[in-house]
Amino acid sequence: MDALDRVVKPKTKRAKRFLEKREPKLNENTKNAMLIKGGNANLTVTEVLKDIYAVKKPFAVLYKRKNITRPFEDQTSLEFFSKKSDCSLFLFGSHNKKRPNNLIIGSRMFDHHVLDMIELGIEKFVSLKDIKNSKCPEGTKPMLIFAGDMFDVNEEYRRLKSLFVDFFRGPTVPSIRLAGLEYVLHFTAVDGKIYMRSYKVLLKKSGCKIPRIELEEMGPSLDLVMRRTHLASDDLYKLSLKQPKGLKPKKKKNISHDVFGTTYGRIHMQKQDLSKLQTRKMKGLKKRPAEKSAEDGGATPKKSKSA
Amino acid sequence: VEAVLAAAEEQEAEKRRSITVEKELELEYDLGNLLAVDRNPPSAAALRGAGPRREALLQALARDNTQLLVSRLWELPAERAGGAGGPLVAQLPEPTFRLPREKPPPKPRPPTRWEQFARLKGIRRKKKTSLVWDEPAKEWRRRWGYRRAGGDPSRAWLAEVPAGADPDEDQFARLRREKRERVARNELNRLRNLARAHRAGSAVPAAPLHPTGHQDRDELRRVARVARVSTASLGRFQPRLPKESAEPPSRSGGKKRRFEPLLGNLAAERSRQLELLRDMGSKKPVLDITRAVNKQMRQEEAEAAAANKGKKQSKRGKRGRRQQRPGRSGKKSGVRRQPQQQKPAGGGSGG
Repeated sequence: MDALDRVVKPKTKRAKRFLEKREPKLNENTKNAMLIKGGNANLTVTEVLKDIYAVKKPFAVLYKRKNITRPFEDQTSLEFFSKKSDCSLFLFGSHNKKRPNNLIIGSRMFDHHVLDMIELGIEKFVSLKDIKNSKCPEGTKPMLIFAGDMFDVNEEYRRLKSLFVDFFRGPTVPSIRLAGLEYVLHFTAVDGKIYMRSYKVLLKKSGCKIPRIELEEMGPSLDLVMRRTHLASDDLYKLSLKQPKGLKPKKKKNISHDVFGTTYGRIHMQKQDLSKLQTRKMKGLKKRPAEKSAEDGGATPKKSKSA
Repeated sequence: VEAVLAAAEEQEAEKRRSITVEKELELEYDLGNLLAVDRNPPSAAALRGAGPRREALLQALARDNTQLLVSRLWELPAERAGGAGGPLVAQLPEPTFRLPREKPPPKPRPPTRWEQFARLKGIRRKKKTSLVWDEPAKEWRRRWGYRRAGGDPSRAWLAEVPAGADPDEDQFARLRREKRERVARNELNRLRNLARAHRAGSAVPAAPLHPTGHQDRDELRRVARVARVSTASLGRFQPRLPKESAEPPSRSGGKKRRFEPLLGNLAAERSRQLELLRDMGSKKPVLDITRAVNKQMRQEEAEAAAANKGKKQSKRGKRGRRQQRPGRSGKKSGVRRQPQQQKPAGGGSGG
């Protein structure tokens, strides 16, 4: 309830909703990305930013003006932007002689402080416009595929993989329409280079239920080479990965499953007085009145009424 | 019959072949994120080649991987959303790939003074109905707010004079004043609760103890002090850096005076008393007047500069200030030259 805990409380419902959208929550919003042009961004870099904006459409902000900053030296302006627009991912494009066609992909956590930044150089770029195919509707959740063992062996490539997943993931949904799996992003790490290709998926009939896949190239394709990196320290990264306790799925106690699939449940009872148990009434076993009085007379002598 | 069965099997296998993909290592799937990771090292030699062949190879690799991922996705429990004719929708599991959070998880705020009291006494919230029956209007009205049950309080046309009150007092003014006081007191208590929560939170700052690269010197010093004191012997035996101060930091922050013990170091006491006698007997004054005057002048100049900073800084500009300085320092050095010659050996404790 951070909005109501401020010194100056919001006066309108709209302001309150705005503040509540931005405060830290148990289940977080989808991460927004900001696409920034550096002081000397050339045509290639601008095209790349525009294409990636098209891919990430509702969850990205493209800044039109050039911003003269150097992310690797000074992160304060980036942090300011992220605070203002509530974006936690950024993509910064620039170009100079030493680093031509430079793209810095970054992510942050904890109150808008920069966590990881990786600088990639664009070797080849084919834009959305250059490939004359039909495109898929914007806002489709893409499928992500990473190929190559470099993505697990090298620490920097591992962080890059997690950055890419975070960037292109889209909103987390509980269910998905199977016919709507149209877009796939394929990353291959080979030979020190990373090839990113986007394909449109065509589902063809095969004999059985699962369709056969045919791919059609569409969308931006990038050849990237890794340059500098600025990775967060391990303990800071671990702190950011920590999920709050409320998110863990609650374990149902006293339910267990058999190998064969039978579900067993345990019931805990209090101690029962077995002599007072209500069992089935068998009329044949009922005590006849003669027997009853004989037992009573012997076992429990009744008090005789005083005259 | 056997021939027919064999032919049917052939057909099945043929169909299955179109969707099966052979891979050395199985892919790792995270279906919640629609993610697949292929660990097989791609054929580097083939991919190093020129343009179109590489593209074709990449596309083939992508097709295979996508086929595997889609097969997995189509094996998920699916149902028809929106009745019989609706689209086939699969239930995705939770994403398993761990990604860093955007913001730290929310901390529960500390209870307010009233909440603590209520917990102590066992007072629980009474659930109130949202609407109240309003007798004069004969309908259900809100408890407070727009068109509330008791009528508009600002239009109250009658204010009774209470029993012990001054007959000349304006009752309406009194009611308005009391409402204002109540609102002010409420706001004051809310701000006090906020300040208390803020103070309690900042007493144990967990996040700044991790180096972020954005901490200033004071914060780092504070954090280093916390880290030093958090050992079992409260930092008494921690090694120090060569330039760090040697004495342990006092808990009161240097406010209390410390006195020498009465019967301590006899030699030190003797030497101190002799020094005192020597100073009393010497003809030179203990206070060096020139140094005292210089110090006073410097202090006044600093104050004047600080006072003029806001007003005259823009006027003089950088060049003006730069020209000013050699002149100033000349004046200072001229005055200072005198005490350099007469500086006494042991005097000038006050300076």
